[in-house]
This record gives sequence, structure tokens and C-alpha cells, in this order.
Amino acid sequence: MSARLTFAATGRVLTQIRHDPRTIALLLIVPSLLIGLLAWIFMDTPVFNQVGPAVLALFPFTIMFVVTSMTTLRERRTGTLERQLTLPIGKLDIIMGYALAFGLLAVFQAGIAVGFSVWLFGLEISGSVWWLLAIAVADAVLGTALGLLASAFANTEFQVAQFMPAFVFPQMLLGGLLLPRDQMPDVLYAISDWLPLSHAIDALNAVARDDQDDAYLLTKLLIIVAFIVGAIVLGSVTLKRRTP
Amino acid sequence: MVNSAIHTDDLRVRRGKREVLHGISFDVPQGSLVGLLGPSGSGKTTLMRAIVGVQRNVTGVVNVLGHAAGSAILRRQVGYVTQDASVYGDLTIRQNLNYFSSMLRAGRADVERVLESTDLTEQANQMVDSLSGGQLSRASLAVALLGSPELLVLDEPTVGLDPVLRMDLWALFRRLAESGTTLLVSSHVMDEATRCDRLLLLRDGEILADETPAGLLERTGAADADAAFLALIRHRPKHLDAEFDGEAAS
Repeated sequence: MSARLTFAATGRVLTQIRHDPRTIALLLIVPSLLIGLLAWIFMDTPVFNQVGPAVLALFPFTIMFVVTSMTTLRERRTGTLERQLTLPIGKLDIIMGYALAFGLLAVFQAGIAVGFSVWLFGLEISGSVWWLLAIAVADAVLGTALGLLASAFANTEFQVAQFMPAFVFPQMLLGGLLLPRDQMPDVLYAISDWLPLSHAIDALNAVARDDQDDAYLLTKLLIIVAFIVGAIVLGSVTLKRRTP
Repeated sequence: MVNSAIHTDDLRVRRGKREVLHGISFDVPQGSLVGLLGPSGSGKTTLMRAIVGVQRNVTGVVNVLGHAAGSAILRRQVGYVTQDASVYGDLTIRQNLNYFSSMLRAGRADVERVLESTDLTEQANQMVDSLSGGQLSRASLAVALLGSPELLVLDEPTVGLDPVLRMDLWALFRRLAESGTTLLVSSHVMDEATRCDRLLLLRDGEILADETPAGLLERTGAADADAAFLALIRHRPKHLDAEFDGEAAS
């Protein structure tokens, strides 16, 4: 792995995205619009303040997951991935190029979503907005990293589409969005502890209520980062220079 | 053999449960332009993938420029062009070349050089998605020329091109070979065969002929390349292949 090649790959992905303004618009605005819609639906109820933090984790995560897995699948299919694997560039450079480029977009996307939620839609945040931003960004990058990993197991667009229900929905259902995690059956609670989105939602809820200390938030953030690193390493291991 | 750019011995490739290459042995001399010909499905692409080192389940010897195929050191010495153009559609030609040249540390001057040799200088700032079929395959070829690799493995580079472009490309291949590059070029257009120094004819995963174009015409008694290949492919029942060499000489 070399920094020069990683940045070359990052620059290439960003240039590709730059040629596609519609994708940029979708990436940056859609999560915020969805959160706004939710705020509107529950306008006269306390519900938005209860589920708002969880949704802030969910939408950027999901959208980054889908966009990343689709883009990398396209690279696998067009033969440009195979070409790179015949050239002197590390597998980790290729994956990190994607992770950094989409990670950068994730920073903007999560920033916009946090800004809209707090200042426009009136999401009440008792804790630090900076913690909220940090966790939301990590969560969006997590979506990117898992999307990179998932695309390794897909050969067609149809399979990638199936990963939404397979990878994302269980995390959504078990993450505490429908029912707080500690009220779920023990087995499900144990499983949800191993799903990264659960920790993102825990942390965002904690920031919103300001009922935990910084050590708790840092632990949650580190768990998310560990999943990001794990997914990227695993994603580069699944890349094979030789294929059947 | 030291002066062989490619040396294979009893090369076999299995895909799934089926063996698709059945013990192939041949040598490609350095600096030569070798045509790999055969009907579609004969194993041309698989053979090329084994040489480039991207094919799984390969047994036997495959040496490229003195190293085992797929060695890390070969990644800057072997240029490979797949049948489908492997370039990014949502980048310009120049952006594609700049990206791939960064891996080879080839530099901007080299990018301009390959643009010129593939006659794409005028289209350099055009998005790849907007190119014509001929321009697209030349863009993919241009990437492979970056860094002046010692060996070029080109899978059907002229397919779908008009006759003028095909002539130009073969002239380019010839110039490259004269400057010392070894080229292995697959095709199913038989009249292109005559432009090669040597021919490898592949059928059903086996080598049917490995000789010069002139030698092939002489051996089959055919008037042109088309007829020679038809003679070899059609009129040789498979079970006679093993005895073919001796029989044809008589």
C-alpha cells in the first residue's frame, strides 16, 4: 500500500463523481429531505425527538451503503478492476481510494443532515452537537465501508439490490428504532450488540439526551471505527488478482 | 529458454469441472508479433488470462519474461487489453490515462505519446462514454501502452473496427514489435494472420498449429489464410490431431 496510489485512486473516484452532479445532489440532500419529511409527519407529537437521532444514523448509512456498493460493482463488471489488478497498485489502495472519496462525501452528507435536523427541523439535542456530527459522520463512513465489502459478494445489480434487505433492514429493526434495544428479547438484544448500526444509534440517542459521559460516546465511536476498518480490510482481502 | 518472452509447458486450465486448456506448450520469441487464432470458444481468452496471471486454476509451466506468470514484478512489464474496453466511461480519455499512468509512474509525456500512437490526441478530453466503438477500443489499448511494457497481450483489439483502422492498428503493432516489444494478439479475422511473424492456432483448448503464415499456407496447400484455417479446423477430425504433424509433412 502506498499513500501516493491511495490518493491517486481517491482523486480518480472523486473525478468520476464530479462528472455526475445528480449523484452528488442525491447523496447530499436526500437524507436531509427524508429527515425533514419525518419531522413534518410527527409535527405535533414528541415522536420526532424520540426517533430523530436514530433516523440520523439510518438514512445516511443506508444511502452511502447503496451508492458505494453499486459503484464498486460497476467497477467489477466493466473490467477496470481487473485491469488495476494487473497493474502495480495494492488491493488496499483501490479499496481505500473508494473509502476516502466516499468518506469525504459522507462527511458533507452527515454534516448537512445534522445541520438540517438541529437548526431547521428542531431536533432537540441536549448534548454536544460536535459529538452528534462526529458519530453521524462515522456512521455514514460505516455505510460506505460495508457497501465496499458487500459488493465483493455480488455479481449483478440484482444481487446488490438484495443486500439492502439482507444487510441494512435487520440492523434497522434491531438497532433500537422500533423498540429500545433493552426492551427486546434477550437473544435479539445479544445479536443487536454485534450490529454496528446499533452502536451508532445508541450513541446518537445518548448525545440527544445527554445521559452518558464522553467515555461512553468514545467507546461507541471506537466500535464503529473498528467495524469500518474491519470491513475495509476484509473487502481488500476478498479482492482476488486471479479469478475463475 | 532465455530469449522467449512467453514459455508454456503442459499448460492446463480448469474452469469449474471442465478443463478448457489441455496441456498447451509453446514459445513466443522476444520481439515477435504472434497471432493467436481460433474459433470462438477455443480458449484464446483463457490462454491470455493465464499468461497475464489473472486466471485461476492453472497448472503446468507459464513463464513470462523469465518469471512465473502473475509475479508482482511483471505488473509493470506486461500490458493487457481485454475484449471489453476496460476504461472508465465517466472519465475523459486523458483522465483515464493519467490515473493508470500514476501506477506505472509513466509521466505526462508518456500519456501524450500513447495518445499519439493510438491517434486519440484530438479526443483526449472527451468523455469515454461518448466515444465511438473504434475510439473506445483504442482508448483501452492506449492504457496498455503506458510505460512501454515489454510484452503486450491484446485480446481481439481489432474486433468491430473498420478496415482502415485495422490496418493502422496492425501497422502500430508492427512498429512496436520492431522496437523490441513482444506482442500476442488474438483475432478471429483470418486475413489478419498474414501480418504476424508466427501463428498459434487454437481449437478446443489444444494447439492445432504453431508456425509462420507462409509455412501454414505451404503445409495446407491453401491459397490464403482463410482457406488454410478452414482446411485445418474443418477437415481434421479431432482424433487425428495427434498424428497431424507427421501426416501433413508427407
